[in-house]
Amino acid sequence: MRDVAIIGVGDTKFGELWDLSFREIGIEAGLKAIEDSGITGQQIDALFVGNMSAGKFIEQEHVAPLVADYSGLSPRHIPTFRIESAGACGAAALACAHMSVASGIYNIVVVGGAEKMTDVGDTQAAEILSATADQEWESVFGATIASLFAMMARRHMHTYGTTREQLAAVAVKNHKNGSLNPIAQYRKEITPEMVLGAPPVAEPLGLFDCAPLSDGAATVVLCPLDMAKRFTDTPVKIAGYGQSSDTLALHDRRDICTMDATVIAAKKAFHTAKLAPEDIQLAEVHDNFTITELIAIEDLGFFKKGEGGPSTEDGRTALNSDISVNTSGGLKARGQPVGATGLAQVVEVVRQLRGECDKRQVDGAEIGLTHNIGGTGASAVVHILRRVN
Amino acid sequence: MGIPRFWRETPSRYNLIGTKCGSCGMIHFPPRVICPSCHRKSIGKMERTHLSGKGTIVSYSIVHDAPHSFEMQKPYVVAIIELEGGCRLTAPIIDCSPSDVAIGMDVEATFRKLGEQGEDGVIHYGYKFRPAREATK
Repeated sequence: MRDVAIIGVGDTKFGELWDLSFREIGIEAGLKAIEDSGITGQQIDALFVGNMSAGKFIEQEHVAPLVADYSGLSPRHIPTFRIESAGACGAAALACAHMSVASGIYNIVVVGGAEKMTDVGDTQAAEILSATADQEWESVFGATIASLFAMMARRHMHTYGTTREQLAAVAVKNHKNGSLNPIAQYRKEITPEMVLGAPPVAEPLGLFDCAPLSDGAATVVLCPLDMAKRFTDTPVKIAGYGQSSDTLALHDRRDICTMDATVIAAKKAFHTAKLAPEDIQLAEVHDNFTITELIAIEDLGFFKKGEGGPSTEDGRTALNSDISVNTSGGLKARGQPVGATGLAQVVEVVRQLRGECDKRQVDGAEIGLTHNIGGTGASAVVHILRRVN
Repeated sequence: MGIPRFWRETPSRYNLIGTKCGSCGMIHFPPRVICPSCHRKSIGKMERTHLSGKGTIVSYSIVHDAPHSFEMQKPYVVAIIELEGGCRLTAPIIDCSPSDVAIGMDVEATFRKLGEQGEDGVIHYGYKFRPAREATK
């Protein structure tokens, strides 16, 4: 197997992009990544697209050839793949692309993630997202995605003494980071009082515990590590990768305060990278809800079970603290275009490792991690990225 | 959605029919054809079993932002319930105020309307849970 490097990254602004269509955002992120990588369209061997539900959001399936077509690649007839894994589409697409290069099947591949969520109303969008839970045995009974994460939160509070204030600290930190990120959907800082006083969505979670619905795209370009220096002075190696699955329904999990899929994916990723949680300087973790980040930083091994809340409240996950978590603003403030999320995390970590993050730059960033989940944790993907000197 | 989608699930939704693994005795709901613990040994040995409908609340949420079809019911409570025998399911908690619901509370299944597919569509039914009238063992 060959080592694989990321040689280019690109993204769009995240938010309610009324004036841009799905194909326009997909192409904007793609062209930026190709330009950043120094490759030409003629060199692309394959395209992987992470997308959750274009069929429901914009009534368009078959989006992988669509993106290749509008990128001007139709005369080259390259193979295209669409990968769906709920919220983990982006990281799962990267995993498939990574395997295709590591195995020697392709040399240069483009991996894009895109979702256009605001062409439907908020209630309809929430119903589309609820299809990532078990439709027949959760959603039919009135369980929304927010309510399922709320049940994790309430049980976590019951078992470990986690507080609403500790959950709020996640949102406050991520908005602060988002205020420093030019592509973020929300660039305003918020206070704990604003989070605690927000309207309830699914108790104990309120509006400011939830990541928004967003439009956006993010793209990376991969090639074998030994070819990377031909294209860029700053390649980033995919040093570790782990992926795992679990029961679709939350109620069938061993423990609703832990995502076993995350625990196992992280173990595999650390094993392949020959690194440990204490080696990680920055992490982009899945924070579709505030509770998700607390569970993630515990399951990834950064903090002991039950200590995610107090650690966050004490500022140990803030920018340039013990570990810088969600420097981009996370799903909460950067935004949550579902299929793009996992790749937006990778784009942020690559920029951090290259030292391109300006006011939100992690000092001396060399090793970073991304953590992307699908549904309520039925899928989890962890990547560890490392600067190549 | 067509009627068969609801009709084919009626045994489990009306009568809490699950399966018991003939190899390890583990109860699953809804029915499974293979036991996640016993794998091949369980094939053909997953026996249908009727669950008691008594259980306790593992966790719950009060839903304020509801799907269109649940708009009239909000705020409502959904919970994860651990049934006697060990398996878990998700269901609404009814016949009490949301503020009365608590982790560890004893609940029992009752038969109710779950929803309808618009004005012309099928009305579908199944279990919801309410506070237990007699304490569970």
